[in-house]
This record gives sequence, structure tokens and C-alpha cells, in this order.
Amino acid sequence: MAPSVFQQVLDYANRADPYPLYAELRRTPVIREDDGRYVVSTYREIVALLHDPRVSSVRKESEEPPSFIRLDPPEHDRIRRVLNRHFGPPETPGRIDGMRPELLEIVTELIDRFAGKDQVDMVDEFAYPFPVTVICRLLGVPREDEPRFRVWADAVVEAIGPVGAEQERLYAKRDAAIVELRAYLSGLIEFHRRHPRDDLLSALATDDAVLGRMSRAELASNAALLLIAGHETTVNLITNGMLTLLRHPHVLERIRQRPELVIRTVEELLRYEPPVQILPDRVALDDIEIAGTVIPAGAPITLVLAAGSRDPDHVWDPDRFNPERIDPERFVLRRGGNQHLGFGGGVHYCFGAPLARVETQVALSELVSRLDNPRLLADPPPYRPNAVLRGPRHLMVGFDQVRPARVGRVPRAREEAAARAAAEAAAAKERS
Amino acid sequence: MRLAVDLTRCQGYAQCAFLAPDVFTMSGDEALLYDANPDDIQRERILRAAAACPVQAIILDHRDEREARPAAAEANRSGTAAAVERIVIVGASLAGLRAAHALRTGGFTGSLTLIGDEPHRPYDRPPLSKQVLTGQVPAQRTVLPRSTGLDVDWRLGQPAIGLDRARRRVHVAGGGEVDFDRVLIATGVRARPWPNVAEAALDGVFVVRGRDDAAELRERLAAGPQRVLVIGGGFLGSEVASDCCDLGIPVTVVERGPQPLVGAFGGVLGAVAAELQRANGVDLRCGVAVEALEGDADARLVRARLSDGSTLDVDLAVAALGAVRNVEWLRDSGLAAGPWGVACDAGCRAFDVNGVVTDDIFVAGDVARFPHPLYEYQLLALEHWSNALNQAEIAAHNMISDESDRWPHLALPVFWSTQFGVEIKSVGVPTFSDEVLVTQGSTAERRFVAVYGKDGRVTAAVTFNQSKWLEFYAGLIERSAPFPPEFRGVDHPAKAKPPVAAGPVPAAIPIQAVPYHATVMVTGHHPSERRARLVHPSG
Repeated sequence: MAPSVFQQVLDYANRADPYPLYAELRRTPVIREDDGRYVVSTYREIVALLHDPRVSSVRKESEEPPSFIRLDPPEHDRIRRVLNRHFGPPETPGRIDGMRPELLEIVTELIDRFAGKDQVDMVDEFAYPFPVTVICRLLGVPREDEPRFRVWADAVVEAIGPVGAEQERLYAKRDAAIVELRAYLSGLIEFHRRHPRDDLLSALATDDAVLGRMSRAELASNAALLLIAGHETTVNLITNGMLTLLRHPHVLERIRQRPELVIRTVEELLRYEPPVQILPDRVALDDIEIAGTVIPAGAPITLVLAAGSRDPDHVWDPDRFNPERIDPERFVLRRGGNQHLGFGGGVHYCFGAPLARVETQVALSELVSRLDNPRLLADPPPYRPNAVLRGPRHLMVGFDQVRPARVGRVPRAREEAAARAAAEAAAAKERS
Repeated sequence: MRLAVDLTRCQGYAQCAFLAPDVFTMSGDEALLYDANPDDIQRERILRAAAACPVQAIILDHRDEREARPAAAEANRSGTAAAVERIVIVGASLAGLRAAHALRTGGFTGSLTLIGDEPHRPYDRPPLSKQVLTGQVPAQRTVLPRSTGLDVDWRLGQPAIGLDRARRRVHVAGGGEVDFDRVLIATGVRARPWPNVAEAALDGVFVVRGRDDAAELRERLAAGPQRVLVIGGGFLGSEVASDCCDLGIPVTVVERGPQPLVGAFGGVLGAVAAELQRANGVDLRCGVAVEALEGDADARLVRARLSDGSTLDVDLAVAALGAVRNVEWLRDSGLAAGPWGVACDAGCRAFDVNGVVTDDIFVAGDVARFPHPLYEYQLLALEHWSNALNQAEIAAHNMISDESDRWPHLALPVFWSTQFGVEIKSVGVPTFSDEVLVTQGSTAERRFVAVYGKDGRVTAAVTFNQSKWLEFYAGLIERSAPFPPEFRGVDHPAKAKPPVAAGPVPAAIPIQAVPYHATVMVTGHHPSERRARLVHPSG
């Protein structure tokens, strides 16, 4: 029997360009696969299901307790709320914005190391080490442990989504990795509890309001999620970003002239080449009638986010990469023509989205401004195996030379951050 | 810079508060407060925030006027009414401004006059009773974006005093006249004052509607009053009480009805709102009225006498008694204008007193009463931010379009209130119901979804800090889905602690039922494609 369109999407042979297949999928907004899975590929239907209380994210996983990505409200909301206490507003509003100087510093250093070369592997020499360094510093995970957790992270990522014939082997490998990863993080959390520093795990491990609402096992399980999700997807977003810009040199040139265009470019990337292509494993809790089809209770639901973001019924000229379609200064009125599914939607909207955005903005604007005459040395590049978290394994980029970092940028950004921190401290003092 | 957030779209993802923390702040899990006119130094952060908003709810000003000039691309589209050269908009607030913008974007190149009774450029009102009263944002920093570059003849500080239909002319105070081919009535509402004129004049008695009211009240709150009395426990009164709690000022809310918010949500959710107020330290007194406000020798408010015989020592009182529609200037116009507003059809055309629709006079915003098919074509007047925005857009389109190309105003009513760190949202018309059922979450934790029904159909839904689910319920309303909705879903309230009643309970809303047996569905996503469809009962 001929493979279904969705099976072709999963086929590694189509990893470099799944978009024509997504267009085929969209002809039938909701398709039932032979294994009983319902594949949804149009924007309107995906958005509806992301906000539909009859759709569950709970899946059977061998390791308990599950992280919040695999929970429904109210448990999901409880854990997410607690994790957020030291990550973002309302309790910690300035954390991500305050990381910008540090991000710029890390990026500057990585690009400085390109000096003297005329080509680099953008994945191994930039897009991977950058977010790994960031998430390690944010969480309080020793950077030198990277070789250890990389093995576990790879095993987890390999087993995401429908993985075909090798499922049993990959699942076993993943389960073993999760056990080791959680044990590793439990030890780390215990260490931070006794020796707290200015990082997220220390803050969580020493906050009574956190521990009163989340068990230690839950904390370890969710720390594992933050560590893996906190870099895996950003690697792909940055790499996809550089790949896409090099395929559209006029956009790259426009960013060089108007650096703030990078803001819109990242949004357009999230629509055009999103790092998370598919949400593979939602489940219908009840019969759901949608687009003329009934998804029966109990059926697995797969949302093809990347197909929805290129739905011509949602966005004009969807296969064109055009950051200027997203104009934050236009008058918006009930026509979300520029909304994308890059970070999902509803209660499970990507927890780390603000960090991923800022990281990618800093990364791309520095690459664009510092690499002279950058070009792709292999197109398409070789891809990583997974269809869900899709991105190049390597991205060879050539260039004439590396320009020095703009003098004064890092110190100025640091000063700004210090001024902000002082103002915040003063405000907090006033409040108390 | 100037910006506004369409909080009816906002679902509380907080991306803006991460990326521009000095401009956007979260109050609790989902409620967003913002500085509408932040310093230019924040510009790049604001661009990041606006681009990141998952529902694209942040509206920014244009960088310069050249960009603001809407493209004339649509000017030559077919169906444009040719004879319209002069348009007058009476009312220079959200609806008036939005209509002016929509007229220009829609290709109208003739003369455009905007008449406003206040001397200010259009400003955003929702922040007034929230971040302005708490002092987070000064009252004058609420100017709406997109008010420049529209090629508008602004007549600010000149209230309209009459409409001459025969001569197609608006009279303004001071003897001026403005002629029109089409006119839009968007004069909105004003605060209902404390009814006793002498007591209302006491120093320390306030209403909150305009920017000047808010500025003055803010000053008095900052001075640290002994106790604030809020008269009326509706949305405005509740928000003012919430502000007082944020500021650490003792506050008493006196509500005639059995609970706060009862007029909008009925008694079941009113009881939840009452709990919310008391848990935050509000001295809430329901079923009681304020009989008199008393002043000292210098005519400064010192005391309030209540209908239960008690007295309260207060030095500040806020009358939050609802709104009065600004229709007096239309008294001799022959239009169907009265205390309930100006009646119009679904295309925003005004009716005259005989119920005959006019051709050239349109109505939008708080002052308009329009028929909604999902609510038995009853004439509704909605004082909602998004209604002003939507209706103004529809009115503007219809003012310059041929009869065959007119759009109906069929948007579902949506509104929000931010109080005590809770984002309360409503879709549909909760008072148009007889029963209510909690379908998700927990009322005790004040995070839940409540669905309203009437005659076996879903008519409204209200969320407390659960706004990401609201559009699912909007879909049920648009489809006239059966009530009670029966589905297995996440966060079922039966699993909450304590569990919530398993079945629907009376919503405790006075009903004025009109028998009507057809069901209406509303379909379509863009104003040009939205249609009401009658579904006849089968069998």
C-alpha cells in the first residue's frame, strides 16, 4: 500500500522540504491515518483544537511523575505557575530582558572564535553551544556536564513523535535516559538547595512557596524538561534562521541596514521554518466534530503546526519568506493574518518562548552584522532524523572574514541592565 | 510612543511583560496592565513585545505621519458610494477615531470632521480605572495611537448641540455648523452622577468616566484618604475597590443588590465576586443603599448614611452608578434617541422615531442600540471596548459602500474587567440566560469557566483567569449549541476541591422572556462574510 501523505512527512527522505507535503495534507483538514491517528493541518482547525477543553495532553510515559508538558489543567497550571515564579512576570518580570547583555556576550565570544577561518559548521560552532550555555547558566547546570546530558537529550529527542519501526528500541533508550537525567538533576537540585546561587534551580529549590506546591520528584522531572526543551528547539530555530536568511540574501541585507528588522524576522521564521513542526500526541477526551469530521473519544490527535502556519486561508502568499508581512505598527483589528503557530497556543504555549525569541534575535543580528559575504556551502544541508523537532544536523557556512564586534555594545547593554536592576530594586523597596 | 492593547483579544500569554517589563506588567496570572504612552527609549522593547504577542493584540502608533496615511489602494474599489464627499463624526473617543481610520483605509478621500466635547485627543478609557488610579500611569498618558495623519478637521472641546436632518447639518456649541453627506453618531455615555446635587458637589465625591475625573481622583487617592466609599458594586466600582486594596487604602463597597457584579453576571457568579472582594479586604455591604452623603462646615465629605441605619466615616466617595447616554443633543432630530441610546439596524443606520431607517445617519459605540440575532433581535446597547471598535468599523464601511456591499454588525459581545489580580472575561450576553453551569476549574480558586444558557441553548460564557478557553465557548454561542453543554474535558469541576455542583443552577438573573422558537447561528470570520442563519426546528 502506498504510504499516506503523513507517512511521507515522517520519511527522512522528505526532511529537507516537507512543505509540499503539508500543502497536500491541508487539502483534507482532518485526516484519519490507518493507525487511528487524526492528523490536522489547517490553521483554523489547529487553533480550535489548541483551545478545546476536550483535547488532552496526558500521555502514558513510563517515568512518573510526568513533566507539565504531559499534564492537563489543573495539574498543568499548578506546576507551570510555580515554575514561572522565578522565570517571568508577575513575580520575576525582568529576568529575560535582563539576560540580553549576557546573551550578547556569549554570542560575541562564539563569533570571535570564527576569526581566521573562512567557513564554519553553524550548528556545532554556534547554534548548539550558544543556547546550551544560556540554559546552563539560567538553570544552574554546570556547562562542563554538557557531554553527559547531551547523550540523554539526544535519546529523548530521537523518540519524540511517531518514529516508525524502531519505536521499541528508541523508547527503551529514552526511558533509560530519562531515569539517568532525573537522577542527575535531583542531585544538582539538592546541591543548589544547600548552596544556592543566582540561578533558577537554586531559586526553585529554596522557595517554600514552590516546595509547598510541587514535590521534589516533580521538580526534577520538570527541570529535565526545561533543560532539554530549553535548548533543543532554539538550536533549530537559530540554524533554520541562518539557513533561511542565506537563501534570501535580500532579507539579510535589509537586516544589515535596519537591525530592528530582526524582530520581525524571528516571528516570520517561527511561521515559515518553525523548529517544532508537529505536536504529535494529543488525545480526544470526547467525540469532537471539526471540519465535517468526528474525531472519536480516545483517538490520538496530531497537530501539524508548520502546515497550519502556511495555510493560504490564514496568511497571504504563505510560501514566501517575508518578514515585512509582520508589521507591528499596522492597525490590527480582528484579523490575525500574521499570527503563527511557532510556539503552539492555548495553555501549553511554549514556556520558554520569550527566551527563545531574545536568543534568536541576538544570534541572528550579530551573525548578520559580523560575517562578511556569508554563503551556504551545502544546500540543502543534512538534517537531524526527527520530523517533529526538525532542523539541520550541520550547516556549513562560508564567509570572507569576521568583522570585530561593535565596540561598546556589550558594556552599554550591561549598563542598561544595571540601571534597570537598580530601578527595580528601588521599586520593590518602595512596595515593601 | 503611543500604544493600546485590545484586551478582548489578549489571552494572558504575558509575552509582552517578559520583553518590555517597564511598559507591560502582569497583575496576577492573566491580567495585563500597561503604560499607553511610554517613553521613546522603550521603543525597541515595545517592538519586540508587539511582534511577540501570540494574538497580535498590541496596537502601536506609526513612526511618522507619512506611513500613517492609509493606502489609497482600495479607493477605486467597486461599490463605493460616489456621492459621499463630507463625513462628520460626532464623538472623538475610541469609536469615532476607529471610524475615521476605517474611512480613510476604506478609500474615503473627502472631508472628514471629528467633533468632540472634551479638549483632549482620543484617549483610552479602560486604564483610567486601573493603572491610572493606582498611580502606575499618569492620566494624560492614555492617548490612543493612530490619531495623527488621518487628514481630519478636529473640532475638540466643541460639543455638538443639535442635528438637523433636513439640512444635513450638525450644530456645535458656540454657534458653529458643519454640513455632512453622512454623519456618524458616536457620542457615547457619561457617568451617572450622585443624584443629590448638593451632596454630589461635596468635596471628595467623585465619578470616573473621563481622563480629568481620573486624574483628580488619583491625586486624592495618593494623598492617603482614611476610607474610600464606593457606591455601586458593578465593574467600575469593583475595579476602584481593587485599586484601593492595591494602594492599602481601607475601602467600603455599598451595593444595593445582593452581590457585586449581579447586574452583569447574576447571583451565582456575583457570590464568587463577593468572596473575591472580601478575601482582598474590602468591607463589602450588599443589600444596602447609601441614603445620604454628609459634609462638614467646609463642604468636605465626612460621612455617609446607609439604609440599614449605620453610618460610615469616609473622606472620599466614588459614585459608580452606571452610565447615562449622551443623546440630549439629538432631542429635536426626530431620531429614535432616548435614555437607552440611539436605535439602529444591524448595519448601524439610525432609526427615526417611527422606526423608519435613515440613509445617511449612522450610529456606533456605547450610544448605539442594535439588534443581535443570537439574542432574539433585541436591541442591545453594549458599553464594551471591542463593540465600539467593531461597530465603528462596520459603520464606516457602510457609510461609503453601496447598499449591496454593506456589512452587518454581528460580532459577539466580549468584555473584560481586571480586578484583584483576576482577569474576568465574558463572551455573549450573560444576562440573556436563565441557568449557569461551571464547566472547568474551581470557583473557590477563582479560576474557572462558567457557561450560561437559555431555553436549552448556550448564550454566554464567563472566565476568571481562564481566558485561553474563551474562544471555544464563543464557538458554542455562535452555533447556538445545546445547553447544558455535555462533554468530557480537562479540569472538570467535579474533580475540584470542593467540587462544584454537577448540573446547571439558576443563574439568578431576572428574566424577561419572549417566546421565540427559531434558532440562529452566526457564521463567518471577517465582517464581510459574517452572516446570521436561521435554523428551523426539525419535525
